[in-house]
Amino acid sequence: MTILIPTPLRPYAAGRDTVEVNGNTIAEALDALTRTHPELQKHLFTGEGKLRAFVNLYFNDEDVRYLPAKEGTKISATDTLTIIPSIAGGASRS
Amino acid sequence: MSVLRVTRAVYNSIRAHGEETYPNECCGALLGSPLTEGWEVVASVRAGNTRTDSAHNRYNIAPVELVKIERQARGQGLEIAGFYHSHPDHPAQWSATDFAEAHWLGCSYVITSVSKGRAEMTNSFRLAGANEEEKQFEQQTIHVEE
Repeated sequence: MTILIPTPLRPYAAGRDTVEVNGNTIAEALDALTRTHPELQKHLFTGEGKLRAFVNLYFNDEDVRYLPAKEGTKISATDTLTIIPSIAGGASRS
Repeated sequence: MSVLRVTRAVYNSIRAHGEETYPNECCGALLGSPLTEGWEVVASVRAGNTRTDSAHNRYNIAPVELVKIERQARGQGLEIAGFYHSHPDHPAQWSATDFAEAHWLGCSYVITSVSKGRAEMTNSFRLAGANEEEKQFEQQTIHVEE
């Protein structure tokens, strides 16, 4: 599958904006990504190995959090996974 | 100090967006290309603010909209250089909320203060640092290209 790398993570993926990986599931694809580009690990996952809360994953056009099998979803070579950090803020202090 | 080079059209557009959504916050993305120290921004994309519960002082761009913006940028041979939003009746300085919610390292966060419906100061802050734990905002020089 093709993984689309967002601007802030490209320096940790050898400057690439896309990375091709093999695997049977989204989780395996992410494993393959971080094996190839180990520096991405700490940017995507917590020390406990959980996906950081502000990192969104889109499998084609679907939010992975809302897929029935989530990161266990089966993938094919033509699928795309988009990594997209969240954007929020505002003048409020709370 | 790094620089955010931005066309007059983009600069005017993001400030006008803040005036149009007043008294609520506006938000959107900046598309461009990296410079040695900063970004060259050639386009902006308006986004919806999903924080309808507190739109006067909070903003959030839906991830699915971010995915579309990301595709649009790639289609134009550009990158997401950063994001912009407004602070209605509040200074054009990043807030604790802005900092806590900022995760696009190396990108620019542009804030426009809008007072009584009129755009006033526009500032840009680069999210510097090697990772989430070391991140910090650094003010950038905005250079508006005529």
